[in-house]
Amino acid sequence: MTRPPVRYRIITASLLTVAALYFLVPVYWLAVSATKNSADLFGTFGFWFSGHPRPVEYLVDVLTYDHGTYARWFANSLFYAGAGAVCATLLSAAAGYALAKFPFRGREALFNVVLAGVLIPGTALALPLYFLFSAIGLANTYWAVLIPSMVSPFGVYLCRIYAAAAVPDSLLEAARLDGAGEARIFGGLGLRLMTPALVTVFLFQFVHIWNNYFLPLVMLSDSGLYPIQLGLTSWTGYADRQPVLYQYTVGGAFLSVVPLMVLMTVLQRYWRTGLTERSVKA
Amino acid sequence: MNREVLSRDTPSRPAAVTPRPARRNRRGPRRRASRAGARNARATAAFTLPFFALFGLCFLAPIGYALHQSLFTTERTGPLGLGGQEREVFAGLANYAHALADDRFLTGFGRVLLFGAVQIPLMIVLATALALLLESASARAVPFFRSAFFLPYGVPGVIASILWGFLYVPGISPLVKIAGAVGWDLDFLSRGTVLWSIANIVTWQFTGYNMLVLIAQLKAVPGELYEAARIDGANAWQVARHIKLPLIRPALVLTGVFSIIGTLQLFAEPMVLRPLASAIDSGFTPNLHAYSEAFVGNNQHAAAAEAVLLALVACVLSFGFLRLAGGRAKEHG
Repeated sequence: MTRPPVRYRIITASLLTVAALYFLVPVYWLAVSATKNSADLFGTFGFWFSGHPRPVEYLVDVLTYDHGTYARWFANSLFYAGAGAVCATLLSAAAGYALAKFPFRGREALFNVVLAGVLIPGTALALPLYFLFSAIGLANTYWAVLIPSMVSPFGVYLCRIYAAAAVPDSLLEAARLDGAGEARIFGGLGLRLMTPALVTVFLFQFVHIWNNYFLPLVMLSDSGLYPIQLGLTSWTGYADRQPVLYQYTVGGAFLSVVPLMVLMTVLQRYWRTGLTERSVKA
Repeated sequence: MNREVLSRDTPSRPAAVTPRPARRNRRGPRRRASRAGARNARATAAFTLPFFALFGLCFLAPIGYALHQSLFTTERTGPLGLGGQEREVFAGLANYAHALADDRFLTGFGRVLLFGAVQIPLMIVLATALALLLESASARAVPFFRSAFFLPYGVPGVIASILWGFLYVPGISPLVKIAGAVGWDLDFLSRGTVLWSIANIVTWQFTGYNMLVLIAQLKAVPGELYEAARIDGANAWQVARHIKLPLIRPALVLTGVFSIIGTLQLFAEPMVLRPLASAIDSGFTPNLHAYSEAFVGNNQHAAAAEAVLLALVACVLSFGFLRLAGGRAKEHG
């Protein structure tokens, strides 16, 4: 292929740089602001450091404020997202595999129900789910956030498509002839062949749960059960009376964003190959 | 949608080259089913039940419960309707009538639709432009830019709103300060601008994600196609316009549908910005309205009716869009 003219390369580079500035500047602001105390947050120019940046000290303040409630929220978020995403991935894998590999009456109807589930907005469901869960006494417990997080219709959709294409029938037949049970075939062959799809489902669900705000907001009233997002908004709610909370909100937001952004950057490769290659192919 | 999915049951790679072996699949399962029918049925149940049990609990049951709740209302039997016993009374469609007669609820819907009509096309055009630029031969440092654009997707909506909130508020915002220094009086949170300030937050968060979906589809386009076009004398723009864009149509439809669903759910951003912007009231979006109906107004039944309406509108819009866009895509393909 011939190299494109310099003129084109300059135009492309400038456009990409302008876009990168748009996406990165707010994150840069957050990083700079996490090194400031309340007074400097309001008193100094936002895009540059104050005279005495103290990032470590202020972040320790965030972690220790109110008996370390921030650390607890962080642990809650990790628990909801980690446990929820693992369960969602396994459940999706099993259901998707069965929908792809076991023909049975009503299979398409069942699959269509799952597809409809993909199109129902999560927050339209959250309120009714709260009414239901409070009727059966589950509201304001860990289960209230965890159980809905374990269900991923999109995961089933993706796993079915992937299993249909990546798990050959002949291999399953061979395993059956060797006398392996269905559970062993699924565990030993199916899951292994579906790994790229499973990574995608796990990541998707992890980020989805981690970012979810509405569900925990309606479900939880005990701040000890809060995930991080809910905790931080409860701080901003008090910031009027306790200005130091502005600083803690900024620091807490910074702390919560860093690990996920690192994860995203490292894993976007999987994201791209796993998610899209098959799911968008129509 | 269903038909497209069905066609994927056959391995997709050979299908692209040879005629689709649709018959083959039908023979295999039937032979197997007769041999090990009972075993299959047991395995099928064991594999699908856990998911569908929870799906029933978290998707079907709440919808049923909301439909039921929305048809009732609470009546208090005490004097003057105060205190005393509470009683559930069948109300028919009264809750729906109430919601549909509520100006603020309807205004919220209108606001969200206007938001979507402007923000979704803008975001998708931006995502497409960035995807095409990154995939063009004249791009350098592609991995860096791709990561930079995708980064905001890792920032939860609440955190993004807190973050941009600080960049909008006059006392702190360096943006307002810079604008002020050159004599431009920026107000991100006024009645007229706050909706678009929220649109900016959503665009900032999701452009990179949509871009990645589009890039994946672009990568699936065989390279010989570009070569052929180039040999025919097409320039970069013509290749993008006449080859790449039509081929990424399915991905565009997908991002469109998810954006529509996302827009109707708009909640975290206005909720977080509310203390900063007096223009945001409790009925700013339909979701916010339903939430305050449930937790401030303490009216479960009205909130249930509004949640049902919201889900209904979302389904109609996304199915409608799929029909419109998907149907035309099929004619092309």
